Amino acid sequence: MTNMIGKPVKRVEDKRFISGKGRYTDDIVLPGMLHAHIIRSHYAHAKILGIDTDQAEKMEGVVAIFTGKDIAEAGINGVPCGWQVDFKNGETMKEPPHPLLVAAKARYMGDAVAVVIAESKALAKDAAEMVMVDYEPLDAIVDAAMAVEDGAPLVHEDIPGNMAFDWELGDREKTNQTMAKAHHTTTLEFVNQRLIPNAIEPRCAIGDYDSTNDKYTLYTSSQNPHLIRLLMCAFVLGIPEHKVRVVSPDVGGGFGSKIFHYTEEALMTWCSKQLGKPIKWTAERSESFMTDCHGRDHVTKAQMGFDENGKIIGLRVKTFANLGAYLSTFAPCVPTYLHGTLLQGLYTTTAIHVDVTGVFTHTTPVDAYRGAGRPEATYLLERLIDKAALEMKVDPAALRFKNFIPPFDGINEPGFQTEVALQYDSGNYAPVLKRAMEMVDYEALREEQASGRNNGKLIGIGISTYIEACGIAPSAVVGSLGARAGLYESAQVRVQPTGKVSVYVGSHAHGQGHETTFAQIVADKFGIAMEDVEIVHGDSESVAFGMGTYGSRSLAVGGSAIMKGIEKVLEKGAKIAAHKLEASENDLEFAEGKWTVKGTDKSISFGDVALTAYVPHNYPEGLEPGMDFASFYDPANFTYPFGAHIAVVEVDKETGKVDLKRFIACDDVGNVINPMIVDGQIHGGVAQGIGQALFEGAIYDESGQLVNGSYMDYTMPRADDLPLFETDRTVTPCPHNPLGVKGAGEAGTIGSAPAVVNAVMDALAPFGIKDLEMPLTPEKVWNAIHNNQ
Amino acid sequence: MVSPIHLKVNGQPRSDEVEPRLLLVYYLREVLNLTGTHVGCDTSSCGACVVLVDGKAVKSCTMLAVQADGSEITTIEGLANGSELHPIQEGFKEQHGLQCGFCTPGMIMTALQLLERNPDPNEAEIREALDGNYCRCTGYHNVVKAIQYAAKKMKKEVFHD
Repeated sequence: MTNMIGKPVKRVEDKRFISGKGRYTDDIVLPGMLHAHIIRSHYAHAKILGIDTDQAEKMEGVVAIFTGKDIAEAGINGVPCGWQVDFKNGETMKEPPHPLLVAAKARYMGDAVAVVIAESKALAKDAAEMVMVDYEPLDAIVDAAMAVEDGAPLVHEDIPGNMAFDWELGDREKTNQTMAKAHHTTTLEFVNQRLIPNAIEPRCAIGDYDSTNDKYTLYTSSQNPHLIRLLMCAFVLGIPEHKVRVVSPDVGGGFGSKIFHYTEEALMTWCSKQLGKPIKWTAERSESFMTDCHGRDHVTKAQMGFDENGKIIGLRVKTFANLGAYLSTFAPCVPTYLHGTLLQGLYTTTAIHVDVTGVFTHTTPVDAYRGAGRPEATYLLERLIDKAALEMKVDPAALRFKNFIPPFDGINEPGFQTEVALQYDSGNYAPVLKRAMEMVDYEALREEQASGRNNGKLIGIGISTYIEACGIAPSAVVGSLGARAGLYESAQVRVQPTGKVSVYVGSHAHGQGHETTFAQIVADKFGIAMEDVEIVHGDSESVAFGMGTYGSRSLAVGGSAIMKGIEKVLEKGAKIAAHKLEASENDLEFAEGKWTVKGTDKSISFGDVALTAYVPHNYPEGLEPGMDFASFYDPANFTYPFGAHIAVVEVDKETGKVDLKRFIACDDVGNVINPMIVDGQIHGGVAQGIGQALFEGAIYDESGQLVNGSYMDYTMPRADDLPLFETDRTVTPCPHNPLGVKGAGEAGTIGSAPAVVNAVMDALAPFGIKDLEMPLTPEKVWNAIHNNQ
Repeated sequence: MVSPIHLKVNGQPRSDEVEPRLLLVYYLREVLNLTGTHVGCDTSSCGACVVLVDGKAVKSCTMLAVQADGSEITTIEGLANGSELHPIQEGFKEQHGLQCGFCTPGMIMTALQLLERNPDPNEAEIREALDGNYCRCTGYHNVVKAIQYAAKKMKKEVFHD
């Protein structure tokens, strides 16, 4: 059906999920399947002196136990890193091996030491209790800034100072000179705390080796099945890629944490070959806490310089980024190319320099978590500008308006060249903030705040504006920045003989609603019903290739690949239609699902053309039969969504509790295909950002123990912690992709955390409090109030 | 060692022999293959495993299968009336109350008990009732809307009856 784009179409995937018929990896049961339990180090840093498996091996139902020694003897490489960021002096990034099971040393709490495989999950766990691992505990280091100091324990003996890389971007000299001339300088030192993604579905992997044809199948809860296949085959197990099928069925949330190639995927695949049986491993929640890659964890000092008119002239940033014990798949790019490059923000700052040191510690590996680098950049900028407004005694909204980059559409006006490599595609920044202020009734709220203060009521209003680089990413650009992969996307549009359409996409949906959004595009462009379109994803046997879903890329890059396929179908269809209608192609128009000879009632339907393509009796000479097109789309640039968020809080002086009264999000994600789904993405993202601001944070003790590694201890927002969100949009289309879309998956997370923190700081301003670290727990807020009275 | 249990699941009588340590959720998932009930944690914190046991919402990871002996269990698979969705299921679809769908069965079963006890809950009451269920995708916004939708619809149905 035409006119499907822009409509809040109900999701087609919902039927199975609300009926209990979703098919997640752990739901899969294969004949003869065995179960794995992984023995993990409970020390953050320890020598493994020996492993005694004798007793465990004799237990009933135990099939095999493998240790790090077995993996080393089999000559299996560790899991690779997919992004290279070198040292400033040109030295190559330090890239220690990350073995599937460690043999000599554990480097974080949760490092895998051995795997027990048994006939049931319970038996495997029982037997694991009987495996005796002899550890010699060693001193650990968990803080990134401290890990580079002399004498800090080394995570890898051959990596001095625990430094993986050091990196800079921008003009250091120009920035220093500019900052020296600043009329006002605002400084912020902070920790952007470590977060644990906590998709509600724990990770799961099933290895299934089939000796009859020497083929492997890996079922894995991944956002990125095709890349997992490539990495595992080519870099870890050394098995031919065409002998491996990777399936990621329904996946219960990812938020970044399921992008990466995890050791368990290769371990289950390898073990299955050894035993000739399918083997399943499902993480327990405590394992998810310890081994799903964490996010953020930056220790940062930043300075923003202003001229006498309140214009931002300079920004200087030094960050120590905690990478954990090993380099996860995309870890090096997160604090560098996804963080440093966003430090222009929405502002006309003319001199920027950022220096980032990537550091190993005895902690869980850190990689992309919803927003990935961009929330850290936004937090830095938006806290700085708010703090500056407070110091300079100006309204924080007015200070932002003064500094916004003027509008540019990227077509008639060129893109905006930042001081930090990126060129923004299109932007019109003032309207999102104006609209958000209108929604919250900013002036009235300021008055309410003032009168509240007189009555002891601590109301706070916090603004945050943001920009993000999404639609990841142009392959040549990211290649030049160290990516060891291209970041295009693939789609195959197959029109069946009956005119039904199957679309095989390299994107992977794990909550984003691709089966609906993509089908809307196809139904709209072909003028057919939604139910005549099927979106297929997540299986390397049916989908040619793909780069997966992350970085708000599926619609901007994957959707564009589908558009290419659609164009090819329509082009070929027009040839067939012209032949059948005995008209010239130029005289045809396609609308409402049929080709019509302009100015006549002569027409042929999409379905009839499809059938003709497969039954080509009366057919254009020289034209191939069939209607099936594979396309790859490599974007010309990143996309740059932006927006303004406003949080309204009330702080209880007696308890320190922050009550989030209202949350307003006005975002610009370019054109919108399904506004219902986009709003849902914003809601979820906002909730995660609020989680960082108020509740969440991984806590390690000095010995490297993750002390809040369970849902009993790690606080995430629950239903009664949040208000209904108020959302709206402006639309500034992306000028360089066919749908004009920019991406919506991460926007909420990026904008929300600083808005909430700014609101709390605003509420606490009467006490002279300027800075508190996230999460703003009641204890922290109460202490700040009572220590400042 | 195994113990016999006799119970009704989604209206069907079942008799099985289970290990005494087998949790109800694994009995449902692995013995009965009712995989709509999910396991999201090991501390009874997330609510992905909520089912009805004799009409009460229970986290099935907190109960042993042998404790359910003699009970009537309703899981997400038993909620729809044939092809006709339960109003709460319909509410989740109509209001986009789910994204990845993993927490959804537990959310729906929890909502079912809420609306049985309080057919006309306000927003705060809905949020309070969902306090034992984590959702990482929706920010709960549309979950609340879905339950409001269902409450309205169920009231209408009662009125028409």
